[in-house]
Amino acid sequence: MTGQGEPAEDEWVDDHAGPVVRPYAVTGGRARPVTGTFDLISLVISTRVDVGSESGLGPEHVAIVGLCQRIQSVAEVAAHLDLPVGTVRVLLGDLVARSLVQVREPRATPAGLPDDSVFEAVLNGLRAL
Amino acid sequence: MDYGLSERPADAAPLPTGIKILIAGGFGVGKTTLVGAVSETRPLRTEEVLTETGVGIDDLSGVEQKTTTTVAMDFGRITISDDLVLYLFGTPGQDRFWFVWDELALGAIGAVVLADTRRLADCFPSIDYFEGRGTPFVVAVNCFEGAKRYRLDEVQSALDLDPGVPVVLCDARQRESVKEVLITLLEHAMKQREERRRAAAAD
Repeated sequence: MTGQGEPAEDEWVDDHAGPVVRPYAVTGGRARPVTGTFDLISLVISTRVDVGSESGLGPEHVAIVGLCQRIQSVAEVAAHLDLPVGTVRVLLGDLVARSLVQVREPRATPAGLPDDSVFEAVLNGLRAL
Repeated sequence: MDYGLSERPADAAPLPTGIKILIAGGFGVGKTTLVGAVSETRPLRTEEVLTETGVGIDDLSGVEQKTTTTVAMDFGRITISDDLVLYLFGTPGQDRFWFVWDELALGAIGAVVLADTRRLADCFPSIDYFEGRGTPFVVAVNCFEGAKRYRLDEVQSALDLDPGVPVVLCDARQRESVKEVLITLLEHAMKQREERRRAAAAD
């Protein structure tokens, strides 16, 4: 019997308690991706519509492939899946290794900055907003 | 196996490139509001979980001493063209997360330091950081209701800014106002690049 004021069974933990599964559990304890560096603004797109037949993938891998049917940044993937960025990098590494996603790293000159044409394009794009 | 219909075609358009602008300033100054005013999505939040291994701690117990900290960043997105997607990142407020700033600032095309004239000193750390790093930045004074209005040159001198650094008024809630701030930043960043190039050529 559930008394008044007692939380219902499915409310035994609230949002403030954080994720029920710890981030490291999602990656099987791995802290680094098998491949790639994955800047926050690296852009990701799935190469397949469906990965149902792939073995060895967890539900988070499948969720990323679903999410990245439309282009998403690494930061967006982390935000939508509500996982820390470090965890998402590991999962993306797995997917790159299986060619299930393509990743575009930010373009940069040797000085670490985009070239002039990018500045021009952004300025024009902002003016046109 | 037949994946024929579900594979991304080899001749699909190349992926666009991501670029970023940082939005810095003290806690509660309106960074997320500013991001939300121009973002095509509602501001999203991403978190980094940082693990710092304790140093110099007696390890008699054999248990590794670790502390974890979560650093949250709010960000938004503006699709500039088929080739470019601009992300605006609100920087984490606490000074002790400078190493997160380093990752964020790498490759950023510039930064907006959002200031509140009632708590001007809150933006000193951001200004020091971008000056030290050589990241182009503008100072945008968020016009809070009830705050005393200062002249922009007063703000400039109170912040001890290089005369070349633009100081503008803005309303972080208004899309047009935020757009103007970002345009000012881009113009300033391009000018600064040109000046540095000229200075390098003159050497």
